[in-house]
Amino acid sequence: MTATTTVTHTLVARNLRVDTVTGQPVLKGVSYEIAPGEVLALVGESGSGKTTAGLAALGHFRRGLVHTGGDVSVQSGDAAPVSVLDAGERERRALRGSTVAYIPQDPAASLNPALRIGRQIDEVLETHGYGASAAERSARVGEVLAEVGLPDDEAYRRRYPHELSGGQQQRVGIAMAFACRPSVVVLDEPTTGLDVTTQTLVLRTVAALTTEHDTAALYITHDLAVVATIAHRVAVLRRGEVVECGSAEEVLRAPSHAYTRELVTAVPHLDGTGVTAASAPGTHAVASASDGDAPAAGACAGAGGSTPASSGIPEHTPALSVSGLSVSYGDHRVLRDVSLDVRAGECLMLLGESGSGKTTLSQCVAGLGEPHTGTVSLAGAPLAASTQRRTAEQLRSVQYVFQSPYSSLNPRKTIAQSVELPLRTLTDLDVTARRARVAETLERVRLDPALAQRLPDELSGGQRQRAAIARALVTTPEVLLCDEVTSALDVSVQATIVDLLCELRRDLGTAMLFVTHNIALARHVADRIAVLRGGEVVESGTVDEVLDSPSHEYTRELLANTPRM
Amino acid sequence: MFRLILRRLAVSVAVLWLVSLLVFVATLLLPGDPARAILGQQATPERIAALNEQLGLDAPVWQRYLDWLGGVLTGDLGTSAASQGPVTELLGGRIGASLVLLVGAAVISTAGGLALGTWSALRRGRAVDHTVSGISLVVAALPEFVIGVALIVVLSTTVLPVFPSVTLAPPGEPVWSQPIQLVLPILTLTLVVTPYITRMMRATMSEVLDSGYVEMARLKGLPERVVITRHAVPHAIGPVAQVIAIQLAWLAGGVVVVEFLFRYPGIGQALIDAVNNRDVAVVQAITLLIAGVYIVVNLIADIVGIMTNPKLRAEVSR
Amino acid sequence: MTATTTQPTLLRRALALPQAKIGLALTTVVVGVAVLGPWVGPWLTGHDTTGFAGKPFQSGGIAGTDGLGRDVFTRFLSGGLTLLIYAVLATALGLVLGAALGMFAGYSGGRLDSLIMRGSDVLLSFPQLVFALLAIAMIGPEGWLLVLVIGITHAPRVARVARQSTVAVKDADFIRAARMYAMPRRRILLREVLPNITGPLMVELGLRLTYSIGYVASLSFLGLGIQPPTADWGLMINENRIALVVEPWGVVLPVLAIAVLTVGTNLITDSLASAAARTSNAGTSHSAKEASA
Repeated sequence: MTATTTVTHTLVARNLRVDTVTGQPVLKGVSYEIAPGEVLALVGESGSGKTTAGLAALGHFRRGLVHTGGDVSVQSGDAAPVSVLDAGERERRALRGSTVAYIPQDPAASLNPALRIGRQIDEVLETHGYGASAAERSARVGEVLAEVGLPDDEAYRRRYPHELSGGQQQRVGIAMAFACRPSVVVLDEPTTGLDVTTQTLVLRTVAALTTEHDTAALYITHDLAVVATIAHRVAVLRRGEVVECGSAEEVLRAPSHAYTRELVTAVPHLDGTGVTAASAPGTHAVASASDGDAPAAGACAGAGGSTPASSGIPEHTPALSVSGLSVSYGDHRVLRDVSLDVRAGECLMLLGESGSGKTTLSQCVAGLGEPHTGTVSLAGAPLAASTQRRTAEQLRSVQYVFQSPYSSLNPRKTIAQSVELPLRTLTDLDVTARRARVAETLERVRLDPALAQRLPDELSGGQRQRAAIARALVTTPEVLLCDEVTSALDVSVQATIVDLLCELRRDLGTAMLFVTHNIALARHVADRIAVLRGGEVVESGTVDEVLDSPSHEYTRELLANTPRM
Repeated sequence: MFRLILRRLAVSVAVLWLVSLLVFVATLLLPGDPARAILGQQATPERIAALNEQLGLDAPVWQRYLDWLGGVLTGDLGTSAASQGPVTELLGGRIGASLVLLVGAAVISTAGGLALGTWSALRRGRAVDHTVSGISLVVAALPEFVIGVALIVVLSTTVLPVFPSVTLAPPGEPVWSQPIQLVLPILTLTLVVTPYITRMMRATMSEVLDSGYVEMARLKGLPERVVITRHAVPHAIGPVAQVIAIQLAWLAGGVVVVEFLFRYPGIGQALIDAVNNRDVAVVQAITLLIAGVYIVVNLIADIVGIMTNPKLRAEVSR
Repeated sequence: MTATTTQPTLLRRALALPQAKIGLALTTVVVGVAVLGPWVGPWLTGHDTTGFAGKPFQSGGIAGTDGLGRDVFTRFLSGGLTLLIYAVLATALGLVLGAALGMFAGYSGGRLDSLIMRGSDVLLSFPQLVFALLAIAMIGPEGWLLVLVIGITHAPRVARVARQSTVAVKDADFIRAARMYAMPRRRILLREVLPNITGPLMVELGLRLTYSIGYVASLSFLGLGIQPPTADWGLMINENRIALVVEPWGVVLPVLAIAVLTVGTNLITDSLASAAARTSNAGTSHSAKEASA
């Protein structure tokens, strides 16, 4: 613990302990304190207990969890600190929403779908007796809506949550939290699921409001880049324990705990080598592209994509070629005249935010998409639009790794059975040859052979994604499509998967189309980038070209809004 | 929203029409010579010919269907073979008697089920919840006549002989003239349906109480009463309305058994008599009537579902 | 395929629950009586099911006589087998038919889906008992008709569940992967979809069995199911209820047997439902990060 400030703290948690009803510890004595106007980031991966630690500040424990020790106290203005956990039911209710407010992770689920948004904000004011009359409250609703950058007119207030975009919903959530001018706000991953531009907007709003009203903020996140943007101090939570706590500068630049170092190293950097390497030499080993034995998240994209020409395809014929691809759903054009090429051994990053059409594009290539115009060709030979009309050889050559390893493996089949499946249907290998190939591939993705006979439920997310990659590689495809393969995984796992994919591409000479929304991964995986927006490729070029001198306004905006450490 | 409701209405009309087709087609299953089957082996050829003509059995199938459907639409349900009177006359008083049972049981079980289910959901995992769940699980398993017989054994014959086990009112007198005779039939039907509504309400409420917006409402500091009434209950109404509709249809089936058990002069009793007598016109009329009630109740439930869903409701403003 | 896995099957997890143990015990007792009764009965009481054993509604023996002077206990022991066989056959028919239609409709989607589901809406418009009565009115109380008509009316109800479960998994990535591996539709349905919807289908199996027992017994009770002189629990209640006060055994024994049987099967069904619900929760807890942490 390095917090040595002398300011009276607004929110203090001391030795907080929470167990599940079955006695499993969730928080093992967590302490933190936040001064007025300060943002403390509570960083942790899934299962670390960060949400539980945040909700405890409001005296709320989810079903199945029991508070077993420690305390949280809140101080408002000059008043004496109040213990949130010792307070009676009525007292605690009075604190919630007025002194301590909560901004949830998923605004779509947290706003009541059947109530108008104006009413939902007004409800907090009404409950806590803010303002003497309905007119005063209404004025305040307008004020907070304006503060978070939303229209404050009557028509907007009469909207239902489903009539707003995700970013607008989240800003309504923020308005609701700040309505009563709380002393403390708890923000639980408020930007997860938002695209980077909206994320920047939301982060700016939060920063402005906390500074302006001297609010203490507990910002729960897994994203260290966001931490660098918004937090003054950082507490790193791992398996229910705070392993490191200090100023954001200290923790991010010179992490003292091994776990924090691992986390910091795992964060992909726009420049591909890690900005922190220079400022804190020796704290983490980030290898350059040429090193060959790149550690987790080390950049591996070779300059110019020079790779062993292990596949027999000549250099000038692209392994995968898409030309003039257009897809429409009714009047809505999802893809407009998209063309791109991927050569053997090369990785093309297809960058796009939600709604850009990137998933549609990768599905068209895979043969899972809707009817389209234009052609997708494999080593020069055009492919049919649907998998049903592709030959086994074509199906074997193009493989797909899905976003979520939780749904891409049949929960009723063992890992070995799932990995063997494409060999059974697409090749004429006999049982022994198939088994041998499966074992070999599992070894290649570094999955413990003991796991081969397990069901997916018994594996971790990273292990599942390795299995899914093994299934895609088992047929030795020429083209590998990776659809947001890291976005369902924790940062530390994400780094190892990216690392694995790079290594496999280098060793096998597979052409890779890496579909993602995360531009920070570019230098770590790709040789070239194509930026997709509204169904059109607005910019493409080598990674250096696009990142160093972006030509399109949208790319510049993306780069500007991507949080950096 | 209105377009949605209109479309739903059109579907209901189409289903009702197909139901009428099915009810009519069923008569084609009558083995061999329907008239002989109805009148028995001893019937004279003249009587059989007369019945054939009366039933219109000498006309082609499609014309018979159109005639029958035309009759149904103009309120002529044909002639009862057993009583030789018009079916409408036979059913007239009985529909009211059955409705008393249905509405009585529906009101009590809906109110009781919703209350019990909500109560149980709010006390999840506690003794009350386990007791309610356990009892409703056991009662839900029992067929109508088992519950009815058990009630007769306990409340009519041996332990506490307070209610009559058979309907007392003489024919012609409205059943509600002696309310005491309604107690056991209504109680039986209520016990049949309440467990389902209770369980469904509990499940739906549990889900809603675990939702993000209910958690958020609590974290906003709203009093628990407001959380329940404003943020939880409205979201449970839509799904539960559907279940209630299905249960009311179940009541329409259960009423047949219950009326038979208590010798209650409703359409259920009439249906059993008609099946025993091969009284085709009456069987057709009653099955069509019951299916019609089901379709209408379901339609109402769907409309309630549409009205309580702001996403669907909002379509009117676009 | 030798899938050596540490995960217990749904059935095993369900049977570990207390309600399943009670349910299994209750069901076993009644099924035991129903299956062994027809052989043990005459040997035990010295009477057969139709023979004269005394005056009408006379006490004596274990449970007295019925209105025709037949021995009630002998008839009780013989009265469950036919009911049970009909109920099991009707359940099997309804489950296979409904699951096939529902999976096919759900996986195909589009017009075929709406055609199948609208068709089942028509059948769903009749309470099952009323539809059975309509068929019996036309054809007569035949055993095969009971099985057929109860099975057919189960089918659309099972189909709804099967369709809903199929729709929930059909767009899962592992199914799309199977399509990319050129798996034929029939094999996708059998190998990829079916194993993932066994939970809800097993719950349906239990539910439909409970209802089948109820319907067969109800129809017999109405005098329109299993016909005299066959000994049957539903029919016995009908035959003996006029003497409920004088000689209650003729009613009480069969009512108890049916009640215990349906409660037993329903308890097992409930344990299956709880076990299945826990599985699906475990499956989704990964995506809902930190829901429990």
